[in-house]
Amino acid sequence: MSTLIANRRDFLKTSALTGTALVLGFSDADAAEPLALAANHEITPFVMIDPSGVVTLFNPRPDMGQGTYQSMPALLAEELCISLDNVKIVQTEGDAKHGNQNAGGSSSVRRLWKPMRTAGAAAREMLIAAAAANWSVPASECNAANGRIIHLPTKRSFGYGELAAKAATMPVPKEPKLKDQKDFTILGKPAPRSDVPMKVDGTAQFGIDAKVPGMLYATIERSPTIGGKVVKIDDAKALKSKGVKHVVKSERPLFGSTLEGVAVIADSYYAAVKGRKALAVTWDTSGFDKFSTDAFYEQMRTLAAKDGIRAEASKGDAVSAFKAAAKTIDAVYETPFVAHASMEPEAAVAHYKADGTIEIWASTQGPVWTKQAVAKQFGTTPDKVTVHPQFLGGSFGRKGGLDDFIMEAVYLSKQVKAPVKLVWSREDDITQGPFRPGMVNALTASLDANGVVTGFRHRVVGPAIQFQGRKDIEGKIDDWALEGIEPDDSPYSIPNVAIEYAHAPVTTPVMWWRSVYASTNMFGHESFIDEVAHAAGKDPLDFRLELLAKANPAPNSTGARFQAVLTLLKEKAKWSEKLPQGKGRGVAVARSFESIAAHAVTVGRGADGKLRVEKVVVVLDCGMHVNTDTVIAQTEGNIVMGLTAALKDAITFKNGRAEQTNFDTYRVLRINEVPAIEIHVMPSSNAPGGVGEPGLPPLAPALANAVFGATGKRIRTLPMNLDAM
Amino acid sequence: MAQLTLNINKQSYKVDVDPETPLLWVIRDEANLTGTKFGCGIAQCGACTVHLNGAPVRSCSLPVSAAAGQKITTIEGLSPDRSHTLQQAWIAEQVPQCGYCQSGQLMSASALLASNPSPTDEEIDAAMQGNICRCGTYPRIRKAIHRAAAMKPSGSR
Ligand code: FES
Ligand code: FES
Repeated sequence: MSTLIANRRDFLKTSALTGTALVLGFSDADAAEPLALAANHEITPFVMIDPSGVVTLFNPRPDMGQGTYQSMPALLAEELCISLDNVKIVQTEGDAKHGNQNAGGSSSVRRLWKPMRTAGAAAREMLIAAAAANWSVPASECNAANGRIIHLPTKRSFGYGELAAKAATMPVPKEPKLKDQKDFTILGKPAPRSDVPMKVDGTAQFGIDAKVPGMLYATIERSPTIGGKVVKIDDAKALKSKGVKHVVKSERPLFGSTLEGVAVIADSYYAAVKGRKALAVTWDTSGFDKFSTDAFYEQMRTLAAKDGIRAEASKGDAVSAFKAAAKTIDAVYETPFVAHASMEPEAAVAHYKADGTIEIWASTQGPVWTKQAVAKQFGTTPDKVTVHPQFLGGSFGRKGGLDDFIMEAVYLSKQVKAPVKLVWSREDDITQGPFRPGMVNALTASLDANGVVTGFRHRVVGPAIQFQGRKDIEGKIDDWALEGIEPDDSPYSIPNVAIEYAHAPVTTPVMWWRSVYASTNMFGHESFIDEVAHAAGKDPLDFRLELLAKANPAPNSTGARFQAVLTLLKEKAKWSEKLPQGKGRGVAVARSFESIAAHAVTVGRGADGKLRVEKVVVVLDCGMHVNTDTVIAQTEGNIVMGLTAALKDAITFKNGRAEQTNFDTYRVLRINEVPAIEIHVMPSSNAPGGVGEPGLPPLAPALANAVFGATGKRIRTLPMNLDAM
Repeated sequence: MAQLTLNINKQSYKVDVDPETPLLWVIRDEANLTGTKFGCGIAQCGACTVHLNGAPVRSCSLPVSAAAGQKITTIEGLSPDRSHTLQQAWIAEQVPQCGYCQSGQLMSASALLASNPSPTDEEIDAAMQGNICRCGTYPRIRKAIHRAAAMKPSGSR
């Protein structure tokens, strides 16, 4: 598991390359041979055209709501000169020819922007080559439009279906010509998503919906602490419960350890649930029953008071700057453990067959990850594992790269020699982790007599996602732990910057959660910039602009883009207009996943006198993008999820147990709590950045800064209780 | 076990199940209508919302025996062809993200519009508060309900 995780960053860096290689990497012979015989003609691994002209486009990134079911095919369709209205979209299933198929890190569009377009353009050029050969004319006289190749001088044309067989035999162009941004007809515009109709009539298939003949249903009784051992199982009553077929121990592989459970397997899900209730399991929780958030935060605070490991991106000598300063300020910020709590709980159908092959239907962010992890776990090779990724009913990082619940289902199927559908209860989901890691951020800054910032230190303390199950961590920094705060991402002009990290190990599993460490780091970082602005006696938005201007950023650099985003936000949020008494406005800006988002949050008092969030205005610079409406939808989602994390329940632990269990104690934002939202997407010709996550990190600091504006009270610990302000 | 006859979407289903079984699991696993979703099992999230004689109920918390012989409508029965004004409005506003909560949202919204054809924001909030959307589609849900309210009704319910 840890190898997969360690490799995630590599894959983000290299997938653009493998993507291209994959489109152009098969030889002409490969393309020509088996495919010419098939009824469907695969022109590249991502485009298939049948003789009647039906175009099938392959989506290599599972859709969890982020819109890849439309965005990936859109990249192909743009270059292929076809409308998305009449194409068939097929989710890939982890075959090597489709390359990396793991969605995560807001990577799909920014990493596949070029490879997918290249695949579409290659197919277009092969269709043109086929038509030109049929007419014996130069390819340069032919054009592609609306699913037809046209011979421009004579206006003759062929439909793609008529050309498919021949096109598949054409040489694959080495460097197909991509369209100019100004000629885009699909990309960069709002477009309806083709998964939407399936999601309004109940026909969209999620992992939990899969059903295969002979399937049994399973639920797993788990240790009240995460990680207890099964001492004794009294299954007499459970086995007598109607419909229960088996009671077996289960295994949940997670970060190099195996978490035990007791599975009840029955002929219906409710029979399994009832059997689980009748089960009496004795657990040995020793070693797992000590963890408490109170003690853990104390420990993190102690670490935050000491020097951490200095990140390479640090510069100058912040400590000397602090000593020479006219004024220094310190603040410590704390963010809680939170759960992903996607609406679809973990669910998978697995069939471990007699011949040792394994078939899986599940919600997974990454079919390639799943194939590899399952093969490794069950001592076979990925080619023996078939994965059918379904629509994910939300994930937010939970269902990518761990595959713990999928492996549980495979394990159970192997035990009982039948296909098994495993469905986690909501209680399993909320109490058993993994969680977004709880973090402490300690910040210090110095000002000279003129209010100029001379030094800045940001210490990040918390559990490293990447270090779980690993030993070689001494002196290392989790690759993702400093997201958002290194100078690359935070281009303020400050001469002396120290960025430090201290790992605080936990036995509780932690995992990527929408925007990962940027979601926790930026709360401290951008709240503190606000504190520094007030200490310098400046308007917080103007102060940020000044700090950016001082760096004299090159045109189009991150610094210049920050300036543009904040300047537009200042206008759109009517920042300079005075607010009535009792209201407050706060700003924050963050770069994460190669996109920049700035939020202005307004808080005010409702009729009941209680403070509430009235409005969120966002300016997002995500570079070029595929679907403007998806960008806006994702940003709306980020605001709602960011508000939940800032305002609603934390996951807290006592004696190794999570104290929240379901949506009654782990409350999330509901429709009546949603503020007015206004989103502005900057037009751009820059390389695409991420979209699924960057709208989240600025929310909490902008909100806390707004609360300060309204009440003069600094919120340094999340979640905050607005009712008590 | 009990032999029960269920009337789901105007079709009759004979099932042989434990009468305590929540209606949700019978709809999903016996009638194979998987549009209705499981989200919490304790009537907190609304993912399992169906209509019982036109009124929205949380099927995860209703024993199947209590629904026998009554008129049950699931998302699959909202219209035969996505023609319900709310389904059209949901598509027009591009409401769903992951989509998992949306069957429940639509069943709550359709019950609301049936009793209150042009609800205010406050009335929408009151009727839709029991339905969680973790993806955060709430602003669009609100817009889509207003849009549907302004449309001429079509399709069946
Ligand atoms: S599953 Fe019924 S309300 Fe959540
Ligand atoms: S659309 Fe994903 S939970 Fe609502």
